[in-house]
Amino acid sequence: MTVYADNAATTKVSDTAIAAMLPILKDNYGNPSSIHHVGQEALKILDGARAKIASLLGAEPKEIYFTSGGTEADNWAITSAATNGAKEGKKHLISTTIEHHAVLHALKRLEKNGFEVTLLEVDSNGLVTPEQVKAAIRPDTALVTIMFANNEIGTVEPIAEIGAVCREAGVPFHTDAVQAVGHIPVNVKEQNIDMLSLAAHKFHGAKGVGVLYYSKKLKLNIFQEGGAQERGKRGGTENVAGIVGLAAALEESVANISENAAKVTVLRDKLIAGLTKIERSRLNGDPIKRLPGNVNVCFEGIEGESLLLMLDMQGICASSGSACTSGSLDPSHVLLAIGLPHEIAHGSLRLSLSEYTTEAEIDYILEHVAPIVERLRSMSPVWAKIVNK
Amino acid sequence: MAYSEKVMDHFKNPRNVGVIEDASGVAEVGNAKCGDIMKMYLKIDGNETITDVKFNTFGCGAAIATSSMATELIKGRSVADALKLTNSAVVEALEGLPPVKIHCSVLAEQAVKSAVSDYYRKRGLTPPPEAIIDEHASEHVYEAEEAALAAAKAEG
Repeated sequence: MTVYADNAATTKVSDTAIAAMLPILKDNYGNPSSIHHVGQEALKILDGARAKIASLLGAEPKEIYFTSGGTEADNWAITSAATNGAKEGKKHLISTTIEHHAVLHALKRLEKNGFEVTLLEVDSNGLVTPEQVKAAIRPDTALVTIMFANNEIGTVEPIAEIGAVCREAGVPFHTDAVQAVGHIPVNVKEQNIDMLSLAAHKFHGAKGVGVLYYSKKLKLNIFQEGGAQERGKRGGTENVAGIVGLAAALEESVANISENAAKVTVLRDKLIAGLTKIERSRLNGDPIKRLPGNVNVCFEGIEGESLLLMLDMQGICASSGSACTSGSLDPSHVLLAIGLPHEIAHGSLRLSLSEYTTEAEIDYILEHVAPIVERLRSMSPVWAKIVNK
Repeated sequence: MAYSEKVMDHFKNPRNVGVIEDASGVAEVGNAKCGDIMKMYLKIDGNETITDVKFNTFGCGAAIATSSMATELIKGRSVADALKLTNSAVVEALEGLPPVKIHCSVLAEQAVKSAVSDYYRKRGLTPPPEAIIDEHASEHVYEAEEAALAAAKAEG
């Protein structure tokens, strides 16, 4: 039995997206830049997808730029806004301590190149406030970039309010909405967003395709040379099938957003309630302002990678913020930012659900987590110290 | 990063897990901040033979597997043999470890040596030089692993 509970890492491609993509691969394989009818047909399809995506996000088609995914969109938006700010002598950037590395590392690189970066601290639930943003904005601030929802702990930030603060101050505002789009309502117009990143594979599209929404009011720099694609800003033949799949997956997700969110939230809360019954466990992230599918719990006295390996032996796919699973040797910067000590951050478990998750799967997870935690604790000297205190 | 079958075997079925109440030597190495702690218990008879060994470990798959393998390699052997245990012998017996997990094997070697040191101290004796560990050795390896990761990142 496989229980896939790692939808924040990636999702399965929906039948709708596959059905949309297959004819492009098989029949409409033209290059949208070609002058002949096969190419022109592909261009029409591409334009259709762009228009659909724009309308689903509250944007205009000319504000939609296709990318290879969320990471590229983040890098592009941040670098472009920073470079343009610098031209006016503005070299200050604002973000938070809990951003994805696509944002944090892009900022770090700019810092090395003479920019000043303010990373706002979050509270113990992972929230940043519009007031914090307002207080941090300076006359030389070139960009505010704050994620819509956190990928690890699921906390949803007050994006519309932050956007309003930025707009009032005349500072461009970018949001990494990779975890939010398709799961909670996102509308760039209503939420005062100037730039937004998204990735198709987080809402049942394919990997390797994403979008940068970039307001027409702002100047976008060229990302890569080599062609007139994406209004001359990003040369290279478009991933037409991937883009069409993205549009179809987004349309389906947005059409069912309330229904899916309601269903997934019930499963999420059942899972949280069951897991936090385990002795010395805690929920990470805001209990209310939270992505419908995100569960993140810490168990004291155990280490996350061992937990993941044992869950995998039972067919359960999950993730952790422990050092061993983060691809680095430190535990998750997000868990440290919300104030968890290192040793507790090592024992985190993230389960991320989707509308395909069933209640039977939740029961299966609940049935297996407690005995595994118990087994790991029974051989943990850290746990022995906790219980002997 | 993938673990060898041998590592997974020792992770799934760790040998010698537990506590020895009247141990001849006990030691705890590592720190929770880095995410690995090993506690090793030795029972040593009058002939300086390790008749029993148990461990408790907080850590990743590799930390549990290296602890388990280290106990297997020293059980029934002499104290002198146990002091010859190296981290590379543990890695070899496990049919390899991912590069970022080598520090776990260093910790396993240290747990054994520290427990032997404790055995000497408990009897009012000075431990032999080979039983004295650099407490920061696994951290140094860990830092080297981190530096290698950073270098790989900078290259990429």
